[in-house]
Amino acid sequence: MPTMCSHDGVNKAAFFKAIGKEYTKEEFEDLCFDFGIELDEDTSEDKRPVVDGVEVPAELKIEIGANRYDMLCFEGIAMNLNVFLGRQTMPTYSLKMPADGKIQTVTVKKETEQIRPYFSAAILRNIKFTKERYESFIALQDKLHQNLARQRTLVAIGTHDLDTIKGPFTYEALPPSQISFAPLNQTKTMNAEEMMTFYEKDKHLSRYLPIIRDSPVYPVIYDSNRTVLSMPPIINSNHSKITLDTTNVFIDITATDKTKLELVNHIIVAMFSEYCSEPFTIEPVEIISEHNSQSRRVPDVTPRTMPASAKYINSICGLSAPREELCNLLKRMCFTATPSPTSPDTLDVSIPITRADVLHQADIMEDVAIAYGFNNLPRQLIATTSFVAAQLPIAKLSDIIRDEARASGFVEVMPLILCSRDENYAWLNRPDDHRAITLQNPKTAEYQIVRTSLLPGLLKTLRENKRHPVPMKVFEVSDIAVKDESLERKSRNLRRFAAVWYGKSSGFEMVHGLLDRVMGMLRGAFVTREEGLEDIKGVEEAGKKGGMRYWIEAVEEPTFLPGHAAAIFLRLGAGGDGKEGSPVRIGTFGILHPTVLKHFQLPFPASTLELDVEVFL
Amino acid sequence: MPGTRGPVPIPLHINGGQRDLTAEILEAVDQEAEVGTSTKFPQIPQAEIKAALDRLASRSMVEYDTKDREEVALTKEGEEIASAGSHEYKVWDAVRQAGRLSLKDPSLAGANAKIGQGNAFKLKWVKKDGDALVSLTDSVQDATREQLQCAKENRTFQDPKVQKDFMKRKLVVPQKVISYVARKGPKWAMEMPVEVTDLTAEMIADGSWQTANWKPYNYKAEGAQLSGGAFHPLMKVRQEFREIFFNMGFTEMPTQRFVDTGFWNFDTLFVPQQHPARDLQDTFYVSDPPEAGPPGPDPATDEALAQMDDQDEQDENDSAPASAATRAKDISSKLDYQQYFNNVRSVHQDGAFGSIGYRYPYNDAETKRLVLRTHTTAVSAYVLHRLAANPRPCRYFSIDRVFRNETVDATHLAEFHQIEGVIADFGLTLGGLQAFLKRFFRKIGVPDLKFKPAYNPYTEPSMEVYAWHAGLNKLVEIGNSGMFRPEMLQAMGLPEDLRCYGFGLSLERPTMIKYGISNIRELLGHKVDLGFIEGNPAVRLDRE
Repeated sequence: MPTMCSHDGVNKAAFFKAIGKEYTKEEFEDLCFDFGIELDEDTSEDKRPVVDGVEVPAELKIEIGANRYDMLCFEGIAMNLNVFLGRQTMPTYSLKMPADGKIQTVTVKKETEQIRPYFSAAILRNIKFTKERYESFIALQDKLHQNLARQRTLVAIGTHDLDTIKGPFTYEALPPSQISFAPLNQTKTMNAEEMMTFYEKDKHLSRYLPIIRDSPVYPVIYDSNRTVLSMPPIINSNHSKITLDTTNVFIDITATDKTKLELVNHIIVAMFSEYCSEPFTIEPVEIISEHNSQSRRVPDVTPRTMPASAKYINSICGLSAPREELCNLLKRMCFTATPSPTSPDTLDVSIPITRADVLHQADIMEDVAIAYGFNNLPRQLIATTSFVAAQLPIAKLSDIIRDEARASGFVEVMPLILCSRDENYAWLNRPDDHRAITLQNPKTAEYQIVRTSLLPGLLKTLRENKRHPVPMKVFEVSDIAVKDESLERKSRNLRRFAAVWYGKSSGFEMVHGLLDRVMGMLRGAFVTREEGLEDIKGVEEAGKKGGMRYWIEAVEEPTFLPGHAAAIFLRLGAGGDGKEGSPVRIGTFGILHPTVLKHFQLPFPASTLELDVEVFL
Repeated sequence: MPGTRGPVPIPLHINGGQRDLTAEILEAVDQEAEVGTSTKFPQIPQAEIKAALDRLASRSMVEYDTKDREEVALTKEGEEIASAGSHEYKVWDAVRQAGRLSLKDPSLAGANAKIGQGNAFKLKWVKKDGDALVSLTDSVQDATREQLQCAKENRTFQDPKVQKDFMKRKLVVPQKVISYVARKGPKWAMEMPVEVTDLTAEMIADGSWQTANWKPYNYKAEGAQLSGGAFHPLMKVRQEFREIFFNMGFTEMPTQRFVDTGFWNFDTLFVPQQHPARDLQDTFYVSDPPEAGPPGPDPATDEALAQMDDQDEQDENDSAPASAATRAKDISSKLDYQQYFNNVRSVHQDGAFGSIGYRYPYNDAETKRLVLRTHTTAVSAYVLHRLAANPRPCRYFSIDRVFRNETVDATHLAEFHQIEGVIADFGLTLGGLQAFLKRFFRKIGVPDLKFKPAYNPYTEPSMEVYAWHAGLNKLVEIGNSGMFRPEMLQAMGLPEDLRCYGFGLSLERPTMIKYGISNIRELLGHKVDLGFIEGNPAVRLDRE
């Protein structure tokens, strides 16, 4: 599963300055490789756009693991690499009360339960923005909104110039007609209903409107003067917007998911408290939310502690490192770990707020392996037993049929399994039997259903090969699928064999001959209809010995030219119980009806054969 | 004479049977010691003459030398002069006929007339008299015309200076001409013997093969084109991989289910319900049938697995082995699917098995959504859960179709094949996975691997497999691997010390790299060229 998330570029010169070295491309690629991120692009050699007469500075585009929200911005990648390289230790984040000792409060009203129940906040005091820091701050919020917050459905962030608003604050949910303010970068005051219309055509914001549009109440945050801070998850007010000159930032976070709410808070304050006059300090906010027992002081920046077993780590890494060494390795991955004073095997690992990806000691173990170097680990493959190979019975059976079809001069093709409903039914002159599995969200009309016949794919392959000399003989042994209410997945795959002869004459006896060949190789005896039904002597003997018998009967089906199609019947031989199977229809062959050929744009005649395979298992 | 009669006479006639060129050549060579073909057969194209000579020479009846000769040929202007006279002649002739020709006369207009006028002055054939021309002589010798007529006949000039001058004037151009000089060869004969091209049953029966005059075989030509069937290249590569897996003791997993549930495809693999991979943008959801049933045993899968299981007890006592269906039921009766579902839910929602979990409200409806499987790992999860009935070391693999709701381009299709391997054993290490992967990839001709830390929701550690690509001169990713997370394995009820490797790659990517295919649509789907399938060489991954 591809789970890397692409990163906006970071300024190359500034980034190398931040990690203390002008790396060559190869050196930096190696560093990324070892740490498990990827240098996707280095634009220093490219022609870059010119803005205001200056060429945009060179950027590095770095891909990171999709669970590393602490590396979504310049600050985070630089910090992680610096710690990994031993250039800095992981900072300790702490809370700092405001100078006047009066903590800001936000009261959460019960009505918010109807739409967006959870609230969190934080204050960054005396922060110093530069153009780059400011842009990174905005970009990080965007990234979090897109990834972790699933397009703001789970979490939304708003940032405000604290000096323009006055606590205590309230988080409420009100009917849209009662919410009124000038939204970000607008001068006109409008109510929430008007805003919904106003932003309908907005390329960026329109996609978030459905999150609250149909709710009777919309979430809204007010200050003590009833000044609106924001209407999450749509838009902030223009009044409290932050600028390059803002020094005190109030961050509001609303969510439908409690875990991700605090995670987002942690990431933002961890990445940007560095720029506060007292680095890595955060001013807490008191949340009063009695109705759902969510009253608390946020953010909680205390590291989590998790015990990890040195034996477990050493065992999977194939090492026998003492606990101290493991602790040193973990230090390079942003952890603080110490040998437990009480338990001889345990490491007490303290996990900073940035590392929400750590769920289990397995995650700690992996970071030991990364710090040690994946490519330095001892490589010994353990096999406690000998293993016996086995191939699937259906695969073996399919291979027998494939081999016979090829030996008979047919070419194997591999069309797609998804097709349009028309190709599967109407084009074959077949009525829709509603047995097909239908897709909910295909991007094109080419993929509407899972095929219930192999024929459409074979005929499309012929259509695309009009330049190939005729006759063309193609086959496929593969699965179709149909609905089946009796099963957990309400559907089942069925292995089929199909072949088409396409040329200047119909090839009817050719596909018939192919059927005989395949049946012969599967030890099926050909009988006429009468023999098949009446068990004449000899044939009956064959049946008792486990032999199969098959026969064909003329059928009229709109797929085929009238009078030129046959149903194939099979009577399985006696099994363990000595009883013969009852006759089953296993397939059809015939000359395709000229209208079918026309649907598939085939100018020459063709004969097809399609057969169930699983009956021979 | 032996050999003059045979079952397969050589056709002596060429050129639609109108002319027997070989006979004509033989006649000419009989009469003259050296026959120059350009003079003897001037009208016949050189290629035909060569073909006839080759036929005779291959039987040593004649020998021939090839001659390159440079000739001159008249240009269009040259031809005109040769037939109607030079430009100066035309001017003089016009003046002579008029007696006195005004300079403004239309016959003196045009580039050629200007040249002719100049030359006629130089030759003193005409002179200017006021505003008209008058002739100075009653008769002239048109040397240009005569020289061109001579060159046309002899295809050369006697004086190379003259040739150069005429070439400069663009009246003639040089031409390279190949001709042949033929003479009698060591096996000279006047008639082409009738020759035998092939051995037949009659010849063996009547003994005539002993005295047959065999037509020489053309060893420069290709053999006959045989028509026959062919396997699809992807299936050939698939078979190579299957053999490698069998060689390493793997059992093939039953993957006959395109449709799977949100539970098996994602939840069992510890993929959180809000993971982007579960978006409509990435995964095909099924609208009909609308919803899955609760997780439970799949009899078809269980029976196929039981059929392949080698169980010692079967051989160690006297009773006949139980049928696969019975054994399958026996195994599934030991498994509690409801408990498994609860375990999966709690490890996502609340944390369990030493994990704090994702801590989000788990939505049962998501587990019942039907999807087109996005990976065969959904089947691996089923098979590993079944292993909990009798936890033991084992190796499983599968190669089958998977589906992604991709926008189709040169490297992406909505369908492709996933190759997946799973190894469960006690005491497995991460370095051991590297050692295994090195062995695996060495067998497909990729000896040098590097391993990169990566992220995958169901493996920890996760490792991307890179190999050096000589063509691109850089490391390229060729597969993914890792050790399944405890959250996934312990929810299944597998013991803590039974660890599990998983690794995978697509079937299409290595095939495209090996065969230099840049567009996946040329490999999978109905747009594949049948000629490509028919002509694709055998697959020997270890040697290529």
